[in-house]
Amino acid sequence: MILPAILVISVIAFFPLFETFYDSFYSFSLRPGSVKRFVGLMNYERLMEDPRFIAALKHTVFFTVVSVFFETVLGILMAVVVHQKFPLRGLVRAAMLVPWAIPTAVSSQMWRWMFHDQFGIVSKWWVKLGIISPGTPILGRPSLAMWAIIFVDVWKTTPFMAILILAALQVIPEELYEAARIDGANAVQRFFKITIPLILPTIGVALIFRTLDALRVFDVVYVMTRGAVGTETLAVYNRHVLMGRAFTGNWFGYGSAISVAIFVIISIFAVIYMKSLRLKFD
Amino acid sequence: MRKVITKIILYTSVIVIVVWCVFPLYWAFVSSIKPDEDLFETNPSLIPHRITFINYVKVFSERPFHINIINSAIVAGATTLLALIIGVSAGYAIARLKFRGKVAVMSIILAVSMFPQVSILGSLFLILRSLHLINTYSGLILPYISLNLPLTVWVLQNFFRELPVEVEEAALMDGCSRFRLLWSIVVPMSSPGLVATGLLVFINSWNEFLFALTFMQRPEKYTIPVAIALFKEATQYEIPWGQIMAATIIVTLPLILLVLAFQNRIIEGLSAGSVKG
Repeated sequence: MILPAILVISVIAFFPLFETFYDSFYSFSLRPGSVKRFVGLMNYERLMEDPRFIAALKHTVFFTVVSVFFETVLGILMAVVVHQKFPLRGLVRAAMLVPWAIPTAVSSQMWRWMFHDQFGIVSKWWVKLGIISPGTPILGRPSLAMWAIIFVDVWKTTPFMAILILAALQVIPEELYEAARIDGANAVQRFFKITIPLILPTIGVALIFRTLDALRVFDVVYVMTRGAVGTETLAVYNRHVLMGRAFTGNWFGYGSAISVAIFVIISIFAVIYMKSLRLKFD
Repeated sequence: MRKVITKIILYTSVIVIVVWCVFPLYWAFVSSIKPDEDLFETNPSLIPHRITFINYVKVFSERPFHINIINSAIVAGATTLLALIIGVSAGYAIARLKFRGKVAVMSIILAVSMFPQVSILGSLFLILRSLHLINTYSGLILPYISLNLPLTVWVLQNFFRELPVEVEEAALMDGCSRFRLLWSIVVPMSSPGLVATGLLVFINSWNEFLFALTFMQRPEKYTIPVAIALFKEATQYEIPWGQIMAATIIVTLPLILLVLAFQNRIIEGLSAGSVKG
């Protein structure tokens, strides 16, 4: 009964992964008739000296740390707000699923339009707020472009984070707050002494999931800037080598080495996740 | 007085949250119905003064957007159906049957959910190319099933565990086979779980970008996200923002309706699987 699942996963996930590892020791291109040449660890040596790879690694880490930080903090705040009682609460919670439900590639286009240097509404607001000077191409300026990408990711993921945290908030018994109130704890104390400790496990899981996701970020960067002006992340660079350069030169093996590197980086986080989840069956 | 202030803070926060979440969608809609003269205006107005639906017509007359929609529907639909069929039997086996290596199997399935997609992008491309599956629906459906199986199996096995065992035991006593038991008793009882899982798989596949961008290389094979992301390549001069926004609205509305209709199911599924976005 379980065989079909194992079969599909082996053929479509594990076999290609093994293949990637194998290819990373060779040099060849995607042109028909390209001959594979064994080069040992050369691709990995090259990796260490590739400034573009190092830069992509830095961009990815920066993107991950900053976006996950904001998503977590704002996500907690948002969850606390929608946990309160107010009219039309169900509708507000549904609205929070909107950014998550829109395909990232599509919402990135929506944001590109809002960031348009001449006609973009967000550009207009940022000029009014004094963040940028008139006519600044937000997605064309180094550092500003990365912040814009982070902004879009935070927009998309914060409500999602909030919904996960909300589920944890809803199971905290009201009596705990009652007792604390009787003991004279104020709202801030109640938040930090009761709420935060009780939702910490959920935050932990969400945090690791988000980190894994952010480390492999592709869609938003590809659509918004194609990796230009200091926004290239590991996944964007990797695809460029595999699906761009490898059609003209012997770059496929090197691209595979990048893939292996990304896999190793993410595996380290995944192991932490597996450990913290404490898998239990039966 | 304190109460009033608390109320004001609460309501302001709620309004900020709603605006934050839906403004980009609202803006896409407004931009899609503005005539070009109002769209390319350095001081855009929040409410459209003149309304036109020309962009909605052009999306279908000037480019093959309807074909992109069909592509996405076929790929996402087939993925959902097949992932559910495979996921149901695997999930049931894990929830109810005793067999050796169960923990190992589950760990393997979960491990796949952490795979960075880009790590298998290159070799999957080579495999699909050698099987002549580039630019075919199967070439996208197969990888999508594999991407979604971990989520499907995980959520469904959780769901099956919650079902009362007594019904199944009674059926087994009456000589019902495990296979029939699964498809004629367990599956009908699990329809809420199936709907939740199916929705998540459908949305995941409908929204996927990296594989679709790489394995579908002809414009008439593009799925929706790829078509919209590569929109500008079709025209030579100005990017047709009005049309892009119209296309965005066309493909987003069904998703929004699904989300509104199945909000609770989706939230359950998300919390149960605690899955990636």
